[in-house]
Amino acid sequence: MADASLNQPVDTSKRRFLITGSAVVGGVGAAIACVPFILSMEPSARAKAAGAPVEVDISKVEPGQLITLEWRGQVCWVLNRTKPMLDSLPKLDVKMADPSSDVPNQPPYCKNEHRSIKDAMWVAIGICTHLGCSPTFRPEIAPADLGPDWLGGFFCPCHQSKFDLAGRVYKGVPAPTNLKIPPHKYLSDTKIVIGLGQDGKDA
Amino acid sequence: MTKLLNWIDARFPLTALWESQWGKYVAPKNFNFWYYFGSLATLVLVMQIVTGIFLTMNYKPDAAKAFESVEYIMRDVEWGWLIRYMHSTGASLFFVVVYLHMFRGLMYGSYRKPRELLWIFGCLIYLTLMGEAFFGYLLPWGQMSYWGAQVIVNLFSTVPFIGEGLGVLIRGDYTISDITLNRFFAFHVIAFPLVLLGLVAAHLMALHEVGSSNPDGIEIKQQPKDPATGLYLDGIYSHPYYTIKDLVGVVFFLAVFSAIMFFAPEMGGYFLEANNFIPADPLKTPEHIAPVWYFTPYYAILRAVPSYFNSQFPGVLAMGVSVVVFFFLPWLDRGAVRSIRYRGTLYKSWLAAFVISFVILGYLGVVPVTVWGQFPESWPILGGADKATVVARILTVVYFLFFFLMPWYTARDKTKPVPERVR
Repeated sequence: MADASLNQPVDTSKRRFLITGSAVVGGVGAAIACVPFILSMEPSARAKAAGAPVEVDISKVEPGQLITLEWRGQVCWVLNRTKPMLDSLPKLDVKMADPSSDVPNQPPYCKNEHRSIKDAMWVAIGICTHLGCSPTFRPEIAPADLGPDWLGGFFCPCHQSKFDLAGRVYKGVPAPTNLKIPPHKYLSDTKIVIGLGQDGKDA
Repeated sequence: MTKLLNWIDARFPLTALWESQWGKYVAPKNFNFWYYFGSLATLVLVMQIVTGIFLTMNYKPDAAKAFESVEYIMRDVEWGWLIRYMHSTGASLFFVVVYLHMFRGLMYGSYRKPRELLWIFGCLIYLTLMGEAFFGYLLPWGQMSYWGAQVIVNLFSTVPFIGEGLGVLIRGDYTISDITLNRFFAFHVIAFPLVLLGLVAAHLMALHEVGSSNPDGIEIKQQPKDPATGLYLDGIYSHPYYTIKDLVGVVFFLAVFSAIMFFAPEMGGYFLEANNFIPADPLKTPEHIAPVWYFTPYYAILRAVPSYFNSQFPGVLAMGVSVVVFFFLPWLDRGAVRSIRYRGTLYKSWLAAFVISFVILGYLGVVPVTVWGQFPESWPILGGADKATVVARILTVVYFLFFFLMPWYTARDKTKPVPERVR
């Protein structure tokens, strides 16, 4: 039996509406279907668990010694600075891009002259703020390659960024900001936990 | 045989495909040396896919086993060393061939109307190839694999606001880890090769639709047809003429390829970097990190741009623009002629300046910025600055001026008249 509507002219505006409508609905559906795939690329539960805080025993860190450990797979340093090392910091203020640590690359309780909770014991993430290399610890005074004005600090082998012994960045090097200080707190005089802040905030 | 072919042709356009894509494809008769590199790029692509398949048979995308499995391929797998060296040599020579292919485009104005899309497909292939090379470089899990990936993923982390999250999303972790290796393997062996093949198909279809340009930049389709052959006056069939020519190129190329693969697979540390023979160690950065040679011009640009507003994003942006700017060439070039043969001194000088910048930037990207020492402290402005950084900054400016001034100098150039027929 012939349908009478078949002989009528095509309602193009209705057809366009239906095409646009189904394309939009289909497009939204396809976009939503992407969500689980993209989220599957986020850190898994296991990767997140591996990012848990770590405890460090600092009783064995001699003055002048730097120890390296791992937190969230990142290089973390604990440096026990000697008196001459601490004295070098104010002398370098003029050469620093951010001498008073105004960029919040440290928890509020480390925004001070030494960028640490206790003056001598310095905790930092040993990753250059330029592109993520790990700078080399260069405590010696005036080595041949770094020039006579070098008072000790960190030198990044990738792009030659320089930092002082509080991780403050020199002016005119590729790294834009001071080295990051992770949230950390003292559990006792000899034990630090990294990844958990003194103010109760974690990373 | 003819019967079988007829049977197939009635069901699948086999003969039609062969004839439209190659057999009866009419190309200008004056292709020269520079026209070898398109077919050579296809050859290397096939070699990379084949050797890649055989490498995956023995490679393990696991941070604890990856380095060792590569050594296993090199030492214990029958002929494994050959397959791996073919793949690593192929990677570098892929870029050699592609850079020469792109330079051909610059010289002869191959990107000009109506070949804009053809050029854009080519640029997309180049971008995909860079991604493919980058993902592949992490897989051996050596020191340079690890720290190179660290640096490049952190490029994305510098994007304002979303960068931090983007970096974590790419790595799937807070640092380059086993998780990152596993997904880079997926990108390298399946996602990017598929995209690459699709783009190459689109590139070839676009080429065979608009037709090839040539060293004279003459549009042969505007010529009358030769009544004897039915072809445009300066046109010939690709087959057998360019089949034979390209085969000569293939033989010569494979000779060079074999010489490198058998006698200098590491190419003095440029194709396979010395530090990559040390297993990845997340707690120890190599003394000097340099990307593989084919990325170094861009890397030098990245290093040359100082940070502004406490962000290294400007350098990353400059590096991104230096690659993406190629897409806009068809619209930047306002010259009256296509080919360098009929261009004036302005374009020739700028092209020369560009090539010199690219090559020297490429060198500077390999070496530390201290390589030429510093200017004396007593000098005004430049005092104490690394000489190499200053040179890299000047060359970066030249690199960009080549593109950004192009609408001006190509329009103003004193061009020569283009003849009717090719030389």
